[in-house]
Amino acid sequence: MTAASHSASPNQAPVVEPPPSRARLTAIGDVIGAPFKVILGYLGDHATMLGQSLAWLFRPPFRLKLFLEQMEFVGVGSLPIIILVGFFSGAVAAQQAIAALEIFGQERFVGATVGLSLAQELAPVFTALMITARAGSGMATELGSMRITEQIDALTTFAVNPVQYLVTPRIVATVLMMPIMTMVFNIVGLFGAYLYSIYLKDIDLGQFIEMYEYWTDPKDYVIGGVKAIVFGGALALAACYQGFNIRGGAKEVGLATTRAVVAGSVSVLVLDYFLIDAFHILWPAAK
Amino acid sequence: MTNDPNQVDTATADLTARDERWQLRIRGLHKSFGEHHVLRGVDLDLERGKTNIIIGGSGQGKSVLMKHLMGLLKPDAGHIWVDGQDIVPLGDVEMSHLRRKFGMVFQYAALFDSMNVVENIAFPLLERYKMSRDEIMERVRDLLGRLDLAGVSGIEQKFPAELSGGQRKRVGLARALIDRPQILLYDEPTTGLDPVATKNVDEMIRRTADDFGVTSVVISHDMASTFRIGDRVAMLHAGQIIANGTAAEVLKSTRPELREFIEISGLVPSSKGPEVRA
Repeated sequence: MTAASHSASPNQAPVVEPPPSRARLTAIGDVIGAPFKVILGYLGDHATMLGQSLAWLFRPPFRLKLFLEQMEFVGVGSLPIIILVGFFSGAVAAQQAIAALEIFGQERFVGATVGLSLAQELAPVFTALMITARAGSGMATELGSMRITEQIDALTTFAVNPVQYLVTPRIVATVLMMPIMTMVFNIVGLFGAYLYSIYLKDIDLGQFIEMYEYWTDPKDYVIGGVKAIVFGGALALAACYQGFNIRGGAKEVGLATTRAVVAGSVSVLVLDYFLIDAFHILWPAAK
Repeated sequence: MTNDPNQVDTATADLTARDERWQLRIRGLHKSFGEHHVLRGVDLDLERGKTNIIIGGSGQGKSVLMKHLMGLLKPDAGHIWVDGQDIVPLGDVEMSHLRRKFGMVFQYAALFDSMNVVENIAFPLLERYKMSRDEIMERVRDLLGRLDLAGVSGIEQKFPAELSGGQRKRVGLARALIDRPQILLYDEPTTGLDPVATKNVDEMIRRTADDFGVTSVVISHDMASTFRIGDRVAMLHAGQIIANGTAAEVLKSTRPELREFIEISGLVPSSKGPEVRA
């Protein structure tokens, strides 16, 4: 019995303290559980924002102009960087593939190797990383600046829901533009691989095309397209969440932008792993 | 009005009925952010058609109180009646309708960076009504004229970054006034302005109250401005209203927190009313 319960008056219920071992276990549990609580809270906040954005998508007023502006920002604005990165990614993929295939004397498979890699992996992942770096950072900075200068509060005072006005168009525009940009990446990447293989490594054009046609099919592009849609939603959500929820001053805007790029990139790569697994389960024949 | 400025007016006659004198009535308002208890039972009445000033030091909860008035924040406890309607339990849609009674002028204007002056001012009309472009432009130009902005070359097409601090405040005021609100909230309108610009903004607030007949609620820690334009003054300290009354009554308050505020600001009460020492 503890000292506390000894000192209690006869009319009072004795204070029952948990045994020290249980208190210690609770404390250890709290320490171990704290990071999980933070992660669950973080995921819950993102899920709430995504839910609100989707709910507001179907409620009037519908501001088409805002969606088109964001599609232009995410799509047209990112086109130069996607073309540049796509071209060199395709060329580098061809370089590496030929280097490996040369060992077995099978360089003719370069069209198939690069085509498959681009369609399922390189194009959606690299496009998402480029859009995160360019458009995601821009979204976080813009929303963060609007938050600290009270522009988001101002929207609310005019009875405009800020999630509907600012977040929904950004997420929808990114989801819509990502598959298109991924296809651009695919086309330009194949062109880069083609130039490198045909003109620098003297691969036969007919074999390049024949192997590409034989080993890749529309299913590979569907997989890449679905990945692009999921990545688009994730990176835009991460960017909007970071920008929309900042508190503080200009320094916080910078930090929010950094967090948006890190969170967007990490979520793209983590989701990529799980999507590959999901495709293997749902679509066993997926290459 | 209370005779003793140290006492909050606690008239509790039917608060749910529209009162001819008091347009906004606040009772027992509490708000905490985590461990930080910001508002600790605010009781305050704000007079219709007058300039009501809420003073207080930094971090005393003035801006938090103002955000409650427009429903931007929900209190943990307490009530706010606007023309007899309790706004605390209102949902998003009802609150959106009620907000049409309000206009808010933010500390740094909060103009939308991506829009020019006309688009900024017209924003509430474009969002709320289906009005013709000519009608909107007529109202925008009328306000630009009344707020002495019409003479600024190319003002309509300028973006916020191209405006001076005073011009931004006026454009922010024009945006708040465009939908003809009944209640105008100003969040520290003279912060960051030089003395001349401060005096101009004071005149703008005074003139707006007279010309548009709105109830003005001004959050401020600028004592000279407060006594230049305020019809009624209330002091928020440690999350509570510790003084409330007409400007002259508040100047006579014996509350040490208020006396210190007045004396440090250089204002000396006299039998003729407030004077500015320097």
